[in-house]
Amino acid sequence: MKTFAPLSPWWAAPLCAALLTVSAAQAKDTVKIAFIGPLTGGVAANGIGGRNSADLAVKMRNEDPKAKYKYELVVLDDECKPNVGVQVATKAAADNSIIAGVTHYCSAVAMSTVDVYRKFGMPVVVWGAVLPEITYGNDYKEIHRVNGTMINQNEVAAKFMSGLGYKRYAVIHDTTDYGKGHNKYFSQFLAKNGGQIVGTFGVTADQQDFTAELTKVKELKPDVIYFGGLTPIGIRIRSQMDKLGIKAVFEGTSGIKSAAYHDGLGKELAEGSLSFIEGAPWEKLPGGLNFIAKYNQAKYNEPPEAYGPFAFSAATLIMDAIEKVGPDRKKVRAALNATKDADTIIGKVTFDDRRQNIVPLISKYVVQDNKWVLWEDSEYASKKRKLPGM
Amino acid sequence: MSVEILSQYVVNTLMLGVIYAMVAVGFTLFFGVLDVIKFSHGDVLMLGGFTALATYVGAGAVGITQTWLLLALMLLAAVLVTAAVGAFVARYLVLPLKNAPPINTLLVTLMFGLALRESVRLFYPSGSNPKPFPRLLPAGEFQLGSLALRTDSLMLLGAGLATIVGVHLMITRTKLGLAIRAVAQDSETARVMGIDFKRVVLVTFGLGSALAAMAGVMNGLYYNEVNFGIGLLLGVIGFSAAILGGLGNFLGAILGGFLFAALQTFGAVALPIISPSIPSAYKDVFAFTMVILLMAWKPTGLIAERSSERV
Repeated sequence: MKTFAPLSPWWAAPLCAALLTVSAAQAKDTVKIAFIGPLTGGVAANGIGGRNSADLAVKMRNEDPKAKYKYELVVLDDECKPNVGVQVATKAAADNSIIAGVTHYCSAVAMSTVDVYRKFGMPVVVWGAVLPEITYGNDYKEIHRVNGTMINQNEVAAKFMSGLGYKRYAVIHDTTDYGKGHNKYFSQFLAKNGGQIVGTFGVTADQQDFTAELTKVKELKPDVIYFGGLTPIGIRIRSQMDKLGIKAVFEGTSGIKSAAYHDGLGKELAEGSLSFIEGAPWEKLPGGLNFIAKYNQAKYNEPPEAYGPFAFSAATLIMDAIEKVGPDRKKVRAALNATKDADTIIGKVTFDDRRQNIVPLISKYVVQDNKWVLWEDSEYASKKRKLPGM
Repeated sequence: MSVEILSQYVVNTLMLGVIYAMVAVGFTLFFGVLDVIKFSHGDVLMLGGFTALATYVGAGAVGITQTWLLLALMLLAAVLVTAAVGAFVARYLVLPLKNAPPINTLLVTLMFGLALRESVRLFYPSGSNPKPFPRLLPAGEFQLGSLALRTDSLMLLGAGLATIVGVHLMITRTKLGLAIRAVAQDSETARVMGIDFKRVVLVTFGLGSALAAMAGVMNGLYYNEVNFGIGLLLGVIGFSAAILGGLGNFLGAILGGFLFAALQTFGAVALPIISPSIPSAYKDVFAFTMVILLMAWKPTGLIAERSSERV
């Protein structure tokens, strides 16, 4: 009979003990968080920028030795379509190993998925959708948002454009909640500032031909065409405006603030288009330069685009909450609800009673030489270049 | 409404109409020859547009910059590729199903169209994003009295009309056209008379698809954009236009195409006037509703048909 002698060499037991202690220290639990955004389709540039930024946040956290958990980003594509968005939201929310989500750029999608996250109790932080009703239209404790809403955007826009002296506006908006929201708020604030809306046109979000609407616009002779919608149709409208010889200012919203806008139009047509977006430009953000440095270091193929910093902050807030209370959906939700003066790269984040972050600053952008440039830094502000009608 | 604005509406309608007419003529050709509804026609148009774009990128990489040469190459490549695809569909999808119920052919071609669309979306680099199409036509305007007409729109309109007229002449004046018409009228007798049925079918499908390629390139040049989804709506519109004018009737297809464009433009302008709460986005709804009403009034199409067939 063989004697049973485990760990018989003298060094076996201490070696095992040493290995166990080391591996116990190495073995952090993996916690999953979801990222949902439009990775394909007309606004893919923004979705991919957001994804890269969230991915950067996760990578940076995983390199931090003080982190209690190892994070994994589960990336899902909502294609900027509400029906697809609901499907992937259900997929993420039904998976109990996914603790929270960094969700949605497209407002129409974010609007339709709030009920899904509520049903499964998964806390989410919206990073790009600006429709106010996403946080204010319901009282779901799961829904948070780090970026601002279109209310502030349009208030600043209306005041700014009136201040430049433009009186007659034609509004073209898409017929989703997003476009209709922009129309509502811009019209409201413009009336307060004394501007006149000569015509309002609702178009479908994937419309190809705008010549009929634009011919009508041409007849109305506006100074400015206000566009409440996203980049793909923004490009088409601007291009067809030129085709019909309409010489008005093209004023967009955060929906067109994307490299895809000027890349799709080319230098001449994109020149002088305006957009407004909440938050300071990343160069002026407290953590902005650091974010861009790390982003460039990580060598992503695509730029972070306008809402990248918000996606980064959303992911960071979620991971901070998980570090604090552990990977439990209810506890994370409570921790996120209580966010007050949290330091992030976009500045201090405080969620109000509807879990909306109040972003006081709205930045104005103009396309100059095929790039979005902050208005104050542009040659339009210094009067070296002129917008049409000035 | 000033003359300038009215003429702008007319130009818009003509441009849209020419593209729809070209798609409708394709549908009518296929139906006329083989009693087949080839639903992949719209997606073949999209394929033509993408082939032209790919050729442009490729030619640019090789170093060709002359606009006329580029345009010619793009058109040639688009036409060849789509004609090949059309012939492929005829040979392997339509002819084998010749004796099956026509609905089977409709379904098969519909599915093929879907496969084409998704293939472009998946396999073309970032295919799901709309792609800017190069501006190759001369910019500038043509003054006609107080009207300013854009040169590129006029060129496209001219090219489209010339193509349609050319196809019509080919069908009515050449021997090949005669063979096509013979097969369309009575394929059995045509075969007895010595016409190579298979060859005629392949040529017809190739021709119709080449027409789609032309429409695709024109669409790309007009809107300065191609995206993988344009085939879907254009196919439906072209089909409705062909039916409206009378399926199998060449002139009817052209009439249907321009009529649909007129309905769309009219709808976009008139709807907001009738009721401010109806945005012009409902123009398609208006146009299709009118098509339904017109078809209810004249089921075999606006241009009277000599004989009707049930599909």
